[in-house]
Amino acid sequence: MKILMVDDSRTMRNIQKNVLKTLGDPACTEAGDGLEALTCVASQPNGFDLMLVDWNMPNMDGLTFVKRLREKDKTTPVIMVTTEAEKSRIIEAIKAGVNNYVIKPFTPDSLLERVKQTLAKCNSVAA
Amino acid sequence: MSAIVHPPAGTGSPTARLIVHFVGSIQEVLRTMAKVTVTVGAPMLKKDPLPSYDVSGVIGFSGEFVGSMVLSFKNATAVAIVSNFTGMPIEPGSPDFADAVGELANMIAGSAKTSFGGNTNISVPSIILGSGHTVAQLHGVPCLVIPCHTEAGDFAVEVNIKPMVATRPVQRS
Repeated sequence: MKILMVDDSRTMRNIQKNVLKTLGDPACTEAGDGLEALTCVASQPNGFDLMLVDWNMPNMDGLTFVKRLREKDKTTPVIMVTTEAEKSRIIEAIKAGVNNYVIKPFTPDSLLERVKQTLAKCNSVAA
Repeated sequence: MSAIVHPPAGTGSPTARLIVHFVGSIQEVLRTMAKVTVTVGAPMLKKDPLPSYDVSGVIGFSGEFVGSMVLSFKNATAVAIVSNFTGMPIEPGSPDFADAVGELANMIAGSAKTSFGGNTNISVPSIILGSGHTVAQLHGVPCLVIPCHTEAGDFAVEVNIKPMVATRPVQRS
């Protein structure tokens, strides 16, 4: 499984990587902002199986990244992992094309559960 | 166990009323992400220009609320809490140290922002390393310090925020 992690905090990316190791040691690609993430997407012709995206980042935020991604890729599952927990923000993210939402702070179990739930839902739609 | 938090005497300001939201988010973030139990003392007014502790993560607020929040640690406390948060020992010289302090500050500010509501944005964190530093405050807005106690040592969260309320023109009859 190929996962793209987009967060300006390396600490947060490491925490997420450790949590996702239980999914069979996926190949994780990391980006520190939305612009870097777009470059990662362009250089991965076969695409990613999942993306975890923070909202507040320098250069290009996560919401803008998701909007740009969805111009070309409507299907890759995207989970927004962020402190932005207001209902209006969650709706904004879903409208932009986010499949699921994890609010920081999170427990390892809650992140893993949300990832499994998202993958299962997206796989059942694709089947 | 957490202390019951009342605004400091004589500070019925909007900043004081926001304090309870920060208290909740400090405890939740540290418990969830670093497995650290935080006991919060009575908030107090910060007398400018007293310095913060050795390492500070600063988050700016804009929109309906403006100002800043500073998460400030003594070095030893930061090392212990950050190591718990990241799951590995991290020294203050490591770039991951500042990154982790910034992420903790980001989560505390973000969680508090959601709790007090309003259309408010938070900045990406800035980190200040070095003992004796001070963080500039909004003029005329009280800066309230939330003293926090843990088994790993003490730290503080400084809140210097005010609501941006549109003033209505005075009706003249």
